[in-house]
Amino acid sequence: MRRLRTLAAGAASVPITLFGLVLITFVIGRIVPIDPVIAIVGDHAPPDVIAHVRAELGLDKPLPVQFLIYVDRLLHGNLGRSVMTTHPVTTDIAHYFPATIELATAAILIALAVGIPLGVFAAARQGSRFDHVVRVLSIGGQSVPVFVLGLIFLLVFYVKLGIAPGTGQQSVIYEGMVPYVTGMHVVDAALSGQWDAFEDGLAHLALPALVLAYYSLGYITRMTRAYMIDALRGEYIVTARAKGLSARRILWRHAFGNIAVGLITVIALAYANLLSGAVLTETVFSWPGLGLYLTVSLLNADMNAVLGATLVVGLVYIGLNLLADLAYRLFDPRVR
Amino acid sequence: MSARVEMRGLRVSFPSPRGPVEVVRGVSLDLGAEKLGIVGESGSGKSLTARAILKLLPAAAHIRAERLRFDDIDVLTAGERQMRAIRGRRAGLILQDPKYALNPVMTAGAQIAEAWRAHHRGRRRQAMEAAVELLAQVRIRDPARVAGLYPHELSGGMGQRVMIAMMLAPDPELLIADEPTSALDATVQAEILRLIDDLVSRRGMGLILISHDLPLVSHFCDRVMVMYAGRVVEELRAADLAAARHPYTRGLLDCMPSLLHPKPRLPVLARDAAWNE
Repeated sequence: MRRLRTLAAGAASVPITLFGLVLITFVIGRIVPIDPVIAIVGDHAPPDVIAHVRAELGLDKPLPVQFLIYVDRLLHGNLGRSVMTTHPVTTDIAHYFPATIELATAAILIALAVGIPLGVFAAARQGSRFDHVVRVLSIGGQSVPVFVLGLIFLLVFYVKLGIAPGTGQQSVIYEGMVPYVTGMHVVDAALSGQWDAFEDGLAHLALPALVLAYYSLGYITRMTRAYMIDALRGEYIVTARAKGLSARRILWRHAFGNIAVGLITVIALAYANLLSGAVLTETVFSWPGLGLYLTVSLLNADMNAVLGATLVVGLVYIGLNLLADLAYRLFDPRVR
Repeated sequence: MSARVEMRGLRVSFPSPRGPVEVVRGVSLDLGAEKLGIVGESGSGKSLTARAILKLLPAAAHIRAERLRFDDIDVLTAGERQMRAIRGRRAGLILQDPKYALNPVMTAGAQIAEAWRAHHRGRRRQAMEAAVELLAQVRIRDPARVAGLYPHELSGGMGQRVMIAMMLAPDPELLIADEPTSALDATVQAEILRLIDDLVSRRGMGLILISHDLPLVSHFCDRVMVMYAGRVVEELRAADLAAARHPYTRGLLDCMPSLLHPKPRLPVLARDAAWNE
């Protein structure tokens, strides 16, 4: 019961944040110098058509009323139509977002599998050569722009060595072969048992996922190292050593056990960042994800699509933050 | 069941920008199944001296000694593996403040069970039963419930009892208590010391009790070693404390208020640079 109450307290801030998000996307939609009516009917439409469409969209009403209309539409899952694709924006997002989830998830898994052990061992051997190498590596991940790294990867592994496939999510011969289930190409291929398509998908996923993983790895490694150094200074580490425990048990059970919950926030933020910020990587690798959709929409002044994608990105941040917060309340005995 | 600790000319130094600084400067001690008190002010090197026996010093510390043995094990040359066989199993260490010395995300029971399992062969369940039994031995009421509590849910006195239970779990031969009551309320202090004293006597263990409270230590120990600036300035039987000769020891004794012989003004300890030599 007490646990339920703390969980509810964690979720209390969500409605406020959501309201802010909706308000901001609304305001952006109104202050950009793009007339949504012109975007639909074109530059040369007669004035009466323009006026008619304007009234139809509710744009002739006062701003507060427009905002209420906007909220009402959102609540009915209506994000408007994309001028570019002519589909409802929700349909477009449902189509593009899974590819981003696929890429971001692959990237975060690699980043965690490599970044956490690197951070833990760097902290355990603070000041050693290993520590310095890890530091240079992780600062590199943070400071080399992903598009530079992406282009280098393509140049080396695709063009020069020929061991990786080129851009996109799959090779042309598999186009349309894999039935749509989750929208995540690799998962769908596995679900339908098409293992050659699965392999092809994994190969396509490898380079962009590695580029993004390297970017997150820097952050995750540095945070893990910093948290671990702090934990290893604790008196309870002296206690653990005095008990005669093995170095490995002290490192993982006692020190890492104390920072694990704190790391969840770091990981959630890194994952949210990947889900929303893969714009450059998706562009370089022609990955048909949300980032690519957002970029193309923005370049075409397709405001409904831009706002819809922005809203999704905002929702991802709020959702993952909430999850991290709930994890804290569930797993940390001090908060519980 | 008691180990002999033999220490000759222990020196501990730390690197500094102006060369190594020696903080323990040639300390010798011998210990069997007896209770030794080490008294001194902060920075006198009493903690480092005791922790050197377990090689539990900060990474930067540098130890030298003519001789440092735990029974037949040469601590100076022993590797981590050999030291781990001593730590916990043969010698336990009780730290000052249970608020920091207990792992905040493990239950009291789990921490005691872990110590038990590190040195006994047994299943998790057995270890948990042993933990509850140990909690009862350190006179905690309702030990089964306390075993499931996290350190932040324990009072200082209870935390220190958990710490003692944890260090007794592997049945060690020597217990090093590093200011075990300094962080506790005055009323709890005596209880904890009596508990340690009782358990140590009953199990025939050796005890090193580190404190800055000279009368308290002399009350519980057989022998008292007074340290000042990294050296032993005086060592005497606790019963002979009144006969202490070193001016530092005398100064410490004189500045204690007494109900039997009240003084209008307590004397202030006057330090002499010669004590450093």
